[in-house]
Amino acid sequence: MGVSPEFVDYVAKLAKLHLADDEKDAVASDLAGVLEFFAQLDRVDITDVPPTKHVVGLSNVERSDVKSPSLSTDKVLANTADTDEDHFVVPKVLPD
Amino acid sequence: MAIKLGELTCAGTARRVASGDLSAAELIEATLDAITAQDENLGAFLAVYDKQARQRAQQIDSDADLRRQPLAGVPIAVKDNLCVAGCQTTAGSRILEPFSPPFTATVIERLESAGAVLIGKTNLDEFAMGSSTENSAFRRTTNPWDISRVPGGSSGGSAAAVASGVVAGALGSDTGGSIRQPAAFCGVVGLKPTYGRVSRYGLIAFASSLDQIGPLTRTVEDAALILSVIAGDDSKDSTTLPDPVPAFQNDLESDASGLKIGVPEAWLGTGVDPNIKREVTAVLAELEAAGAQLRPIELPHEEFAVATYYVIATAEASSNLARYDGVRYGFRAESNDLADMYANTRSGGFGNEVKRRILLGTFVLSAGYYDAYYGRAQCVRTLLCKDFNQAFADVDILVGPTTPSTAFAIGEKADNPLEMYLSDVFTVTANLAGLPGISVPCGQDDAGLPVGLQIIGPALGEAKILKAARLIEQLRGPFGPAPTV
Repeated sequence: MGVSPEFVDYVAKLAKLHLADDEKDAVASDLAGVLEFFAQLDRVDITDVPPTKHVVGLSNVERSDVKSPSLSTDKVLANTADTDEDHFVVPKVLPD
Repeated sequence: MAIKLGELTCAGTARRVASGDLSAAELIEATLDAITAQDENLGAFLAVYDKQARQRAQQIDSDADLRRQPLAGVPIAVKDNLCVAGCQTTAGSRILEPFSPPFTATVIERLESAGAVLIGKTNLDEFAMGSSTENSAFRRTTNPWDISRVPGGSSGGSAAAVASGVVAGALGSDTGGSIRQPAAFCGVVGLKPTYGRVSRYGLIAFASSLDQIGPLTRTVEDAALILSVIAGDDSKDSTTLPDPVPAFQNDLESDASGLKIGVPEAWLGTGVDPNIKREVTAVLAELEAAGAQLRPIELPHEEFAVATYYVIATAEASSNLARYDGVRYGFRAESNDLADMYANTRSGGFGNEVKRRILLGTFVLSAGYYDAYYGRAQCVRTLLCKDFNQAFADVDILVGPTTPSTAFAIGEKADNPLEMYLSDVFTVTANLAGLPGISVPCGQDDAGLPVGLQIIGPALGEAKILKAARLIEQLRGPFGPAPTV
């Protein structure tokens, strides 16, 4: 399939990535090449074939319902750029 | 007496430390000296834990219980996508600058309990996405057999460190061949276990249904030893299997007679370097002469494996890497607007290949395209798993080359993502089907570069592939370490 600059913008927005104008052409051409390669999968007959959910067949793995220690707040907050008491600080979400 | 690092094995080192013939402290000094001497050219390490390793070696030397452990005093390097509490972990990416994990990966805890000494972290393609280690945000790693060539990837730093003789054992992770392909390029043994055999707790996720951690070593015995230490159920990873873990290293010797070897026809077909075909065919002939039965095998859906792999791997990667938004850890681009902060952080922090895969994965999961790409790929994956199940009804193991070419030149494929993806053609199938695979050096091409032979076994068939690899190692004779860099 062909990949237009608008389409690249749409996917980049979904992926939360900004692309510079000069990057967009390269990305469009890379994506087009790889998507053309992916198109070979259309040749496979998948009628009545279920999708793989787990390769070894494990399902519903449960643990005992008992409390166990988790990370302390200090450790959880240790790698962030900005904190306020026990919270992560991010730019304002809603406009003034 | 000077320690010849390139001649040491993990198993042999542990035996010598246990008997008092070798001190852990002496070995760590020799290892640190070798890293200082070689790593400027090799570029295998992103971090060297000199202080911690010295302390740990002293602890081992003064503790009789520790000296009796199976990896007593053995310096081990680990790929830098494995978390160690309090030590910077990068995954080869600027977006994790700085990140100091609050926990340690289960595999590293198990290595340390077995007496190993963590010597440092090795270079990798960013988030393990690549086949050459050229996608690292930090440095270039070279192939110890020829420094103008790539070591393979994404566990290129671990493979180079082992091949050069600096360490006898390292850990890598394998999502589509990232242990086996660099092992082949660098002339070392690399093992990807069955999906679920080894806990992924503390491994920075790339594609969660494909990722497995495994050893890179110079001998099959060492791969078996490290696997027996790191494998097994873990309450911190609910995808680990409850099956018992044998002491693989104690049951390696076998006889080729009666061994049924499947040879997938495509693996020695067009597109495979004639040198590789020659070396692998020669080993197969020797196995046959020793009593093994060779049977041609058809895997009808294998031709679709690379496309299937890249749909699924990029989809899972786009989902896993959504967590890097600048809020809780790592790099944050300042902005007054939350959406801009997310996008600026991700755009500034991720490298080009990672962005390319996130975009591809986002696309194949997006509304209107999900069924056509991701849904379809998961169905093709089911067909591929069936192909393998049918093959293993007739044969014990599958054997072929690990890679279609030997180590390529630095820069040769850097601008052509599709060509780079196709270098994984023989390795991605084992990840898609969750099967164990091992690459063992089987010869050299005309330029002297190592050739890797891959053995794939049925699920939980690690003992089978290790025994076959050991047979090949015996037929082949001594190999490596690489010429001094």
